[in-house]
Amino acid sequence: MDLSFTPEQIAFRDEVRAWIREAMPPRIREKAAVDGHFEHDEIMEWHRILAAKGWVAPHWPAEWGGAGLDVTRRFILNEELELAGAPALSPFGLVMVGPLILQYGSDAQRKRFLPKIVAGEEVWCQGYSEPNAGSDLASLKLSAEPDGKGNYVLNGQKTWTTYAQYADWIFVLARTDKTAKKQSGISFFLVDMKTPGVTARPTLTIAGTPAFCDTFFENVVVPAENLVGPLHGGWTLAKALLGHERTYIAAVGLSTRVLRRVKRIAAATKERGVPLLEIPAWRSRIARLEIELLALKMTNYRAIASAELGHAPGPESSILKIRGSEINQQCYELAMDLMGHDALSWHNEPGIIPENEASVPPQFNYARAASIYGGSNEIQKNVIAKAILGLPS
Amino acid sequence: MNFDLTPDQKLLESTVASFVKKESPVTRFRALREDPIGWSKSLWKTMAELGWIGLAFPESVGGLGGSFVDVAILLEQFGAGLLPEPYVASVLSAGTAILRAGSAEQHEAFLAPLLAGDTSLALAWAERGGRYDPTWVETTATKKGDDYVLQGEKIFVQNGHAADVIVVSARTSGAPGDSDGISLFVLPRETEGLRITPVKTMDGQMAAMIKLERAIVPGASRLGPEGAAAPVLDEIMDLGAAAACAEGLGVMRAALAMTVDYLKTREQFGVKIGTFQALQHRAVDMFVRTELAKSTSILASIKVSDPDPAERRFAVSAAKVELAICGRYVSQQAIQLHGGIGITDEHDIGLYFKRMHVLNALFGDEEHHLARFAAQPAF
Repeated sequence: MDLSFTPEQIAFRDEVRAWIREAMPPRIREKAAVDGHFEHDEIMEWHRILAAKGWVAPHWPAEWGGAGLDVTRRFILNEELELAGAPALSPFGLVMVGPLILQYGSDAQRKRFLPKIVAGEEVWCQGYSEPNAGSDLASLKLSAEPDGKGNYVLNGQKTWTTYAQYADWIFVLARTDKTAKKQSGISFFLVDMKTPGVTARPTLTIAGTPAFCDTFFENVVVPAENLVGPLHGGWTLAKALLGHERTYIAAVGLSTRVLRRVKRIAAATKERGVPLLEIPAWRSRIARLEIELLALKMTNYRAIASAELGHAPGPESSILKIRGSEINQQCYELAMDLMGHDALSWHNEPGIIPENEASVPPQFNYARAASIYGGSNEIQKNVIAKAILGLPS
Repeated sequence: MNFDLTPDQKLLESTVASFVKKESPVTRFRALREDPIGWSKSLWKTMAELGWIGLAFPESVGGLGGSFVDVAILLEQFGAGLLPEPYVASVLSAGTAILRAGSAEQHEAFLAPLLAGDTSLALAWAERGGRYDPTWVETTATKKGDDYVLQGEKIFVQNGHAADVIVVSARTSGAPGDSDGISLFVLPRETEGLRITPVKTMDGQMAAMIKLERAIVPGASRLGPEGAAAPVLDEIMDLGAAAACAEGLGVMRAALAMTVDYLKTREQFGVKIGTFQALQHRAVDMFVRTELAKSTSILASIKVSDPDPAERRFAVSAAKVELAICGRYVSQQAIQLHGGIGITDEHDIGLYFKRMHVLNALFGDEEHHLARFAAQPAF
């Protein structure tokens, strides 16, 4: 056993670190320093900087703009970006639809869509959930019917379509066969958001920002060439996404950064003149969370090392999403608790509370999404119960 | 990074797993609960012959020069089978004390018979006023001519009831809590003034309360220079804690497997109770906790041999805290999911629950290691 990175991997980490310091524009750097909220144009600016470096889609094949990095280097790159507080890129093109087009799309679809995802010229959003199809995704109702002229006509509604207000394209699961068993009648379409009949209506989240939308489809005409994979075969694509790389789903870098923030807040916040970091009860609570994060990080390392050796994902990889989201939430919760009265502040002008605390209350709120999106933790547990523990249905 | 066992380690794992299954089913441990020694001298001899007692000792004293990762492989399987032989007390605690601090003559006198499986050892360090701090030594060793006179009390000495030789920490100078001034002495169990009272522990094993009532030991029984034993004891605390993590992982895995099995067979309301989502999710949480404890146990197994004591303490204390969190959850929920049968002495799951609780307490509990972790420079 060997828990250390190789000298080459460490050199790569140093290279990434130095590059981030160099490449981050001042405006983004200032926000990163206080973990501020990044606007869409700032996220896309950072996307293009990473694209120019060749690091925006590290897990893609090199011919389509990938970085040709192995699993461990991809993890290191992602971790360093998280640790630096760089804007989190929109995953919908890079992590979700891009790999699906790579795997299931036609050559024409790959040529049409992939370069623009890498370049950041087209922004994507995800049309999976519906008002009555959340965890029970396969009960979705958005209908897609052939119009006899080589098109499909979409009618219905998607919900929680994050960043649909900025998106140029949406990938949707739609029902193409109402008579089949519910998983069997679903197809996967790519839809231009500018098509007449598509309306995205932003919804305010509990974070106080409009992260996601309700997206309505009213007689939206989609050419058949925008069907990905076989007709009625969309469920296979939806499931394939779950089998894609999950080695950085735990967001260890992100939680590590929040925990560093927690310690800074604990050092700066005093009770009767004593920094909270020096008070044993607080110190123990911080230590416990750091240890839980360390346990997750080691589990994550196990998953990476296993992938690097070409093993199929082992049981350790199945827990990354659950623990990653829980720990991220606990980090923000601890930050809130340490802040005391400052935690009551809500989107006020700068200067009301310390600058590095200002984004904590909204982030504490938004962190609740982490255990819900991408298959809620309860759904993850249903899967583990059957697939790993072999418990009966 | 590579978390795979080597082919040799995989062979060791399967060998010890089938050994435990064959030689030490839980029924054997059940019977030994009534035995005044609580473990088997013939099995101990067999373990020595298999090379397991000498596994991690250097070749210079007749060992195999293995790593702690190798030892952890043994301990995990011992945990899964509740094997009660005094491996940690003899090999990792007293054995390390003699190895690190002792002279070549002392190695020959005390380690050679241990490695042959002819003796077992104990390390008497814990005192009532010190909880888990090995520097809290009120026991005194007063020089008298060429001898020392030992006076004091040690509590819950692992294998103290059966050990042929007991290593005792005593203060040759300074005050309780001082790092300087602690010395180690090797006492044959027949030593006059060494009073050993066997006691039962909750997990069905045995230990001893020890009184030193003006026990006179020759100067030659001191291990290493006078007053300089604290770093050795600190390392032994980490070895013991890392060992608890490895053994505890075995306990957790066995408890999880028994529980999942029970969920698959037990029927209520006309169906297997494993079909109930509330119980499925509880079992998954147990699984998650077992995997996390495995991750930190691996970390501890490697870092416990780190030459930098701060690195060693940081990793091992983290692992011991994680063991406490995970072991508590897994063993408690294992009882809960078994329902009423889990409360009976007749069912094995309770034995695992008890052992887990003892492992959480040995070599420092959660609060102790939280504070220790937070006191390291890396925090």
